[in-house]
Amino acid sequence: MADSAVHNTEAGDDPSRRDFIHIAAIAAAGGAVAAIAWPLISQMNPSADTLALASVEYDLTKIEPGQQVTINWRGKPLFIRYRTQAQIDEAVRDDSAQLKDPESDAQRHKPGKAQWLILVGSCTHLGCVPTVGGGEYGGWFCPCHGSVYDTSGRIRKGPAPKNLVVPEYAFLSDTKVKIG
Amino acid sequence: MSGHSTYEPKNGFSRWLDQRLPVTRLVWDSFVDYPTPRNLNYWWTFGGILSLMLGVQIVSGIVLAMHYTPSASGAFASVEHIMRDVNYGWLIRYTHANGASMFFMAVYIHMLRGLYYGSFKPPREVLWLLGCVIYGLMMATAFMGYVLPWGQMSFHGAVVITNIIGAIPVIGGPILTWLQGGFAVDNATLNRFFSLHYLLPFMIAGVVVLHVWALHVVGQNNPTGIDPKSKVDTLPFTPYATVKDGFAMSVFLILFAVFVFYMPNSLGHADNYIEANPLVTPQHIVPEWYFLPFYAILRAVPDKVMGVVAMFGSIGVLFALPWLDTSKVRSMRYRPMAKLYFIILLVVCVTLGFCGAKLPDDQVIPGLETFKVMDSDLNSFVWLSRLATLYYFAYFLIITPLLGLIETPKPTPETIASPALSHPPTTPAGAAADAEKKG
Repeated sequence: MADSAVHNTEAGDDPSRRDFIHIAAIAAAGGAVAAIAWPLISQMNPSADTLALASVEYDLTKIEPGQQVTINWRGKPLFIRYRTQAQIDEAVRDDSAQLKDPESDAQRHKPGKAQWLILVGSCTHLGCVPTVGGGEYGGWFCPCHGSVYDTSGRIRKGPAPKNLVVPEYAFLSDTKVKIG
Repeated sequence: MSGHSTYEPKNGFSRWLDQRLPVTRLVWDSFVDYPTPRNLNYWWTFGGILSLMLGVQIVSGIVLAMHYTPSASGAFASVEHIMRDVNYGWLIRYTHANGASMFFMAVYIHMLRGLYYGSFKPPREVLWLLGCVIYGLMMATAFMGYVLPWGQMSFHGAVVITNIIGAIPVIGGPILTWLQGGFAVDNATLNRFFSLHYLLPFMIAGVVVLHVWALHVVGQNNPTGIDPKSKVDTLPFTPYATVKDGFAMSVFLILFAVFVFYMPNSLGHADNYIEANPLVTPQHIVPEWYFLPFYAILRAVPDKVMGVVAMFGSIGVLFALPWLDTSKVRSMRYRPMAKLYFIILLVVCVTLGFCGAKLPDDQVIPGLETFKVMDSDLNSFVWLSRLATLYYFAYFLIITPLLGLIETPKPTPETIASPALSHPPTTPAGAAADAEKKG
């Protein structure tokens, strides 16, 4: 103890010792700022009740062929479309067309359930809700920026980069589907 | 410009205060004795008008917040409650809603004035940058304010604009979720927008203080673009600028009142009187008029990420302007070629605004059949926006740097006073005496 005190007076202010104190103080302050900033940033992320996502069950007998219902799923619209044979044929025929986000129609519905197309109803461009039956491919037309989807929900024209998203879902029976 | 202070306390109290907090001296030096170029025209009154509008928006906004409910279930009803039940609620809300439009109208005139008279050129680069920051904050504030009534346009506008963030590769998705506070625009989004909408105007006020400070360090530009050389070139702020600003404010307030009292919904959209419904997007979604040119740029680019880049770039390019302009002459009054391209820019900006309000595939000339280029008909608003967008960027990135190098400007006057005074003074001394007699 005495030794170091003597050493200190002799050397005046030891630069390495000063530097260490500066670095330690700045590091501590920096750590404290980060520790305070994190909760302030994180609070803006989805809260626990938003994360506790519910799944939705839907009775398909309510839908007529050619019709689409829109239900609310996780705050977003969900399209359940009962496709006619003509619409399915059109979608299958276009499997070989030039696609922006190539996917075959079979990849977009459950096997043997080609009539049921279940999609997240928000445009992959900027999230508007596309209008059913609009656009030159008979699928959907987004009124916001003019994206056109075909009867398989694939992007065919306009600024959207991706096909309409197929959510995770399962058939509980022939007439009941569970989404999420 | 900040020379020696001429403030002299008149009584015991002001002397006492001046030695402790020289706030009266600051006001005197900044807004009374402050020398302004003698040739300022009415385009220079918009700074004062903007300060007034910021005040109007803050006061009316604070009052509205006393009656508004920031929740997805209550917001729409509370706005209707303000309109129907709150005493003078309709007046306060119409003032606030139309005030935003008036604010933007004034800021666009203010910016174009700076563009035309070269107010962004040295030594006013920081002044210009601060102005660009204020404009950015204004746009954020206006966007979040438009979401608060929770109508159809509010909601789907919020969906579209927040999804722009989602266009950023890789990190866009998590940032979007963080920003929305969920997986879609919902109550959490509305609440934070309300909080930030209340905060940002005070941040604007803070940057305005810096803006005015920077202005008073370098001094005002003027229609000739040349620096004041002697006392004869300037006039004291009070009464000359104060009275001129006051008159311009009065005229501006008349226009404002016409909107508030006679056509309060003309600048809004009818769909925003329908409560937000996440399952149905309005047939034709458009932003407020002051965002239409940027919206047109966004839609002009066929690629999602590049569209967003172009939209932000159209604002970002303003920040770079002081370093893009190579001309030594500030005012376009003496730059015939620059003036021409500036007028084309004005037309292009209005065209972009017009395109932003139209459906992208609608025909510009009805009935004229053309052919398709890049997936869109040539005779469509998409293509008109594309051409206009090209010119917009070319003006800043190509025309402005090149013009300074190739054009021959007209001769600029020796001093501000020589074109401003009808009889140019032969000797500076006599002129100074003249000016003093007038004052």
